[in-house]
Amino acid sequence: MDRAKEELVLNFQVQGRDFQGAGVAASQIRRVLKQVGFDPQVVRRAGIAAYEAEMNIVIHAYRGTLSARITAQEIEIVAEDEGPGIADIELAMQEGYSTAPPEVREMGFGAGMGLPNIKRCADGLEIASEVGRGTTLRARIVIKGT
Amino acid sequence: MKLIEIIRELGLQVANPDVDLDREVCWGYCSDLLSDVMAHAPKDSLWFTIQVHENVIAVALLAEVAGVVITGGRRPEAATLNRAAAERIPVLLTGETTFVSAGRLYRLLTG
Ligand SMILES: Nc1ncnc2c1ncn2[C@@H]1O[C@H](COP(=O)(O)OP(=O)(O)OP(=O)(O)O)[C@@H](O)[C@H]1O
Ligand SMILES: [Mg+2]
Repeated sequence: MDRAKEELVLNFQVQGRDFQGAGVAASQIRRVLKQVGFDPQVVRRAGIAAYEAEMNIVIHAYRGTLSARITAQEIEIVAEDEGPGIADIELAMQEGYSTAPPEVREMGFGAGMGLPNIKRCADGLEIASEVGRGTTLRARIVIKGT
Repeated sequence: MKLIEIIRELGLQVANPDVDLDREVCWGYCSDLLSDVMAHAPKDSLWFTIQVHENVIAVALLAEVAGVVITGGRRPEAATLNRAAAERIPVLLTGETTFVSAGRLYRLLTG
């Protein structure tokens, strides 16, 4: 069997505005990465990227999916949602920019740091969005030494 | 310094006693913004916050902190304690403010 070509795909449904159990999908992804035996730094980066992407669906969108495509060479986190979309992606990427409503800010979300966190954790980040339809975010983490 | 010693020195109440309190604490971090904690809290630090909902535990796990101190006499929600038990994250309580409690930890770790 060719281990280098094996692929593991995890898929989770994420419900907008469901703060109970929010972050569970990212926790599961993190747990699998840990079990598979990835380097702790890789587990940390992928876990944070997955959580921030999941929470952005919970906070800003109506519903979506969070998935992880895991190979020996890279981990790809994909968050796809139905939601309002992002009109100005460059602005959304700026640290401190947030449209999170007050009740969500009270919970400690809405620092406008989620997307910058994902960018810092990932080796590649792509965001595609259509206003009034939804957003797809892809974050890639390359496994060094493969 | 060991978490168990810090708990004693700071007079913290352990909200979920079934966790490992023997772990090493290297530093502290004070923030009520979850993304900020993931970006800046040092690994193995003690996180001081007034947030009490269950996402605190998800963030504590991702940030790899040694424990969460809920300050100002606030009480964690039941869901928070359940998740903390499942993820084995120590949740500690104090009636003191974040400033006072973290200040005492700072003195302990640097004194
Ligand atoms: N999936 C999404 N759908 C619609 N808008 C989004 C989505 N993700 C991000 N945004 C927009 O981009 C902004 C910045 O996102 P970012 O994750 O950096 O910060 P935040 O979610 O507001 O706060 P934080 O992540 O610090 O809790 C959001 O406030 C929102 O306006
Ligand atoms: Mg966010």
